[in-house]
Amino acid sequence: MKSVNKMIAFLALAGAIVAVNSCKPKGPQDAVVGNAAEKVYVAPGKYDEFYNIVSGGFNGQMSVYGIPSGRLFRIIPVFSQFPENGYGFSEETKPMLMTSHGFVPWDDLHHIALSETKGEHDGRWAFANGNNTPRVARVSLKTFKTEEILELPNSGGNHSSPFITENSEYIVAGTRFSVPVGDNRDVPISSYKQNFKGTISFIKIDPTTGRMNIGFQLKTPGVDFDLSRAGKGPSHGWFFFSCYNTEQAYTLLEQNATQKDKDFIMAVNWKKAEEYIAQGKGEKVKAKYAHNMLNESTHTASSEMMTEVLQLDPTVLKDIIYFIPCPKSPHGCDTDPSGEYIVASGKLAALIPVFSFTKIQKAIADKDFEGEYAGIPVIKYESALHGEVKKPGLGPLHTEFDEKGNAYTSFFVSSEIVKWNVKSLEVLDRVPTYYSIGHLCVPGGPTAKPHGKYVIAYNKITKDRYLPTGPELTQSAQLYDISGDKMQLLLDFPTTGEPHYAEAIPASLVMPNSTKIFKIEENNHPYAAKGEKEAKVERKGNEVHVYMTAIRSHLVPDNIEGIKLGDVVYFHVTNLEQDWDVPHGFAIKGAANAEILIMPGETQTLKWTPDEVGVSPFYCTDFCSALHQEMQGYARVSAAGSNIPLKFSTGVIAEEAKSSPK
Amino acid sequence: MKYCVILAITAAMFSCAPDKSKMNNEQYPDQSSGKSAVEEVIANPTKGIGAVKNVTLKSPLEQERVSRGLAIYEMKCAACHKLTDQRLVGPGWKDVTKRRKPEWIMNMATNVDVMLEKDAEAQKLLELCLVRMPNQNISVGDARDILEYMRSNDGEK
Repeated sequence: MKSVNKMIAFLALAGAIVAVNSCKPKGPQDAVVGNAAEKVYVAPGKYDEFYNIVSGGFNGQMSVYGIPSGRLFRIIPVFSQFPENGYGFSEETKPMLMTSHGFVPWDDLHHIALSETKGEHDGRWAFANGNNTPRVARVSLKTFKTEEILELPNSGGNHSSPFITENSEYIVAGTRFSVPVGDNRDVPISSYKQNFKGTISFIKIDPTTGRMNIGFQLKTPGVDFDLSRAGKGPSHGWFFFSCYNTEQAYTLLEQNATQKDKDFIMAVNWKKAEEYIAQGKGEKVKAKYAHNMLNESTHTASSEMMTEVLQLDPTVLKDIIYFIPCPKSPHGCDTDPSGEYIVASGKLAALIPVFSFTKIQKAIADKDFEGEYAGIPVIKYESALHGEVKKPGLGPLHTEFDEKGNAYTSFFVSSEIVKWNVKSLEVLDRVPTYYSIGHLCVPGGPTAKPHGKYVIAYNKITKDRYLPTGPELTQSAQLYDISGDKMQLLLDFPTTGEPHYAEAIPASLVMPNSTKIFKIEENNHPYAAKGEKEAKVERKGNEVHVYMTAIRSHLVPDNIEGIKLGDVVYFHVTNLEQDWDVPHGFAIKGAANAEILIMPGETQTLKWTPDEVGVSPFYCTDFCSALHQEMQGYARVSAAGSNIPLKFSTGVIAEEAKSSPK
Repeated sequence: MKYCVILAITAAMFSCAPDKSKMNNEQYPDQSSGKSAVEEVIANPTKGIGAVKNVTLKSPLEQERVSRGLAIYEMKCAACHKLTDQRLVGPGWKDVTKRRKPEWIMNMATNVDVMLEKDAEAQKLLELCLVRMPNQNISVGDARDILEYMRSNDGEK
């Protein structure tokens, strides 16, 4: 009680100070009050309460932060090569970035979906979408490695993805851009209305392995799909997508796709789609898309080109999809923890409509439609509506939820987070963000069991929040305490890449399962050297394979001779360490490549095409021990026609070297 | 402090007690036993610190263990330990079974971080070699196999 009184007194005082100072221009330091520092301080050696898995936007990566400290722990490369650990550079990981367009080493990663069981986070996998070259990826929350990437055919750009169902049955992938699909794709752009189609892919997740494959694809009218959420609880079996450009504009969308007062939320009954498939009503069509998998026991990825996909046409197969009018250019489309309410945020609307799943079902049963759009029934707006949040702010984008029945919506234009009650639709509180918030995240916010406590803002503009670093500034996030009635700004923290969506999960669901080492006994890499006795060098034509071992603090072999110009040399380096956090690195002079980083018990391969005669040094690139600087060796490269025999050794002192120089 | 003394006395009492019925060689207490490291140092000055309290050695050597121990040696130990008395990264293994109690060897292999922290003999080796022996994820069963291989390396039959 005392502390509450104290706090009230403090707030009153703070209010008075603010009132006195309110005429002064606001600086970036404003809005932090009270015990903020105490709430975000994680003492040295202590752990954060939540993992925050954050998309990296145009860096194509995922990053991992601690909440409440905002400390960055890891960058996980997903759709982009990563020099720090050789992802996409090592021979083992290159296949992960293969697509139907060949090797694509950079993409734009927007959204995170954490796996769920019974509507709650289960701490197994994080999924992410590749926006530009349409793909989805699965990252293990045991190893924090990208284990699988699946390309999506007939997609113009995978933005509306990878949202997940309550038991991880499916993740979805809705095309952002409708495009001509099928055999006739060389058509005038102005024939959008006739020829351009959207697709929504339902990607089936194997419940044990997490392995993905496209269960089916829905063909849709040509519009832009933006975001999505699965139903849950009573609405499990349904998916909701926001659609814009129902004007079907193909140029100057800024003007031409913002004409109508309302676009649509698309409701998809995926259980119905499954019924049609069971009846054999899907159509297999030719497609070309890559499916890339990491084999955990060989530490090696492989890429397979797929050739067909199962499609359903909802204009023929009725009752799969329905449109619900929604003002205006909707962006976020979020279902509340109960599964009853669907919150749609029209980017250009001055209100937030909240739809009721029960009412949608009733409207469908009563055929309470206002007409059809491109052969799909359109439910009457009022018949689906629970109510509208009036005058919430400008430019609503995304909504997350707490465990107390409240929603938190981000407002890009008015740069704030607004808290409101889902049932009463009453605005309860608002706080400014610095600046122009995009996505936001409440731990467990998209699940049936939010953990509340914090909301994190991922801002689009950083401006004056940090020491300037030229025109290009850090990206930024902000942490707010939402445990009380009033939201409280606690912390600014910089982020890597442009953060779009993020999820936060209690550390207790992830930390106990974290892999510490790869067991050397279980390493089935074909070029592994499981012990120095297996270290060797082999020639296969002009390929030279070095089976190398690394352990503190030497490489075996460390003297290699007999390589010739024209050879391609593969250094397969096995880290023999079996201790947590003892990686070794490997680099050789002149390699047109990044270094590689090898985790304990792992084998990774660096390809080197020597381009000059001489002796090239190689060394360990990850400081590993007091004798790290001694962890080095030499490879001798001879002329193409040379008859120097292939030989290798470690610790062998030749006779000629023993005699001291005269 | 008082508590430690009591513990030490209790431990001493137990260590004097006659051997319980012989444990199966494969059965060892859980590595994360509840006892504090300090207590075990007092109880076992030459046996090291860890899960291994008493090892029963058989004669002749158990050949299955010797060959398993050799395989583990080649995969996880040979990079740093020679079979002669020559030091590479760590000390050579020649005669190690004559210098150390079997329990100390097995505790060093399975509980190396604690050993380097608390065991005076292990610390002497670190001062000599200057490279911390890595935790090679060796189970107590593995360590027993390695020990048998060391005995074979030291000429036991």
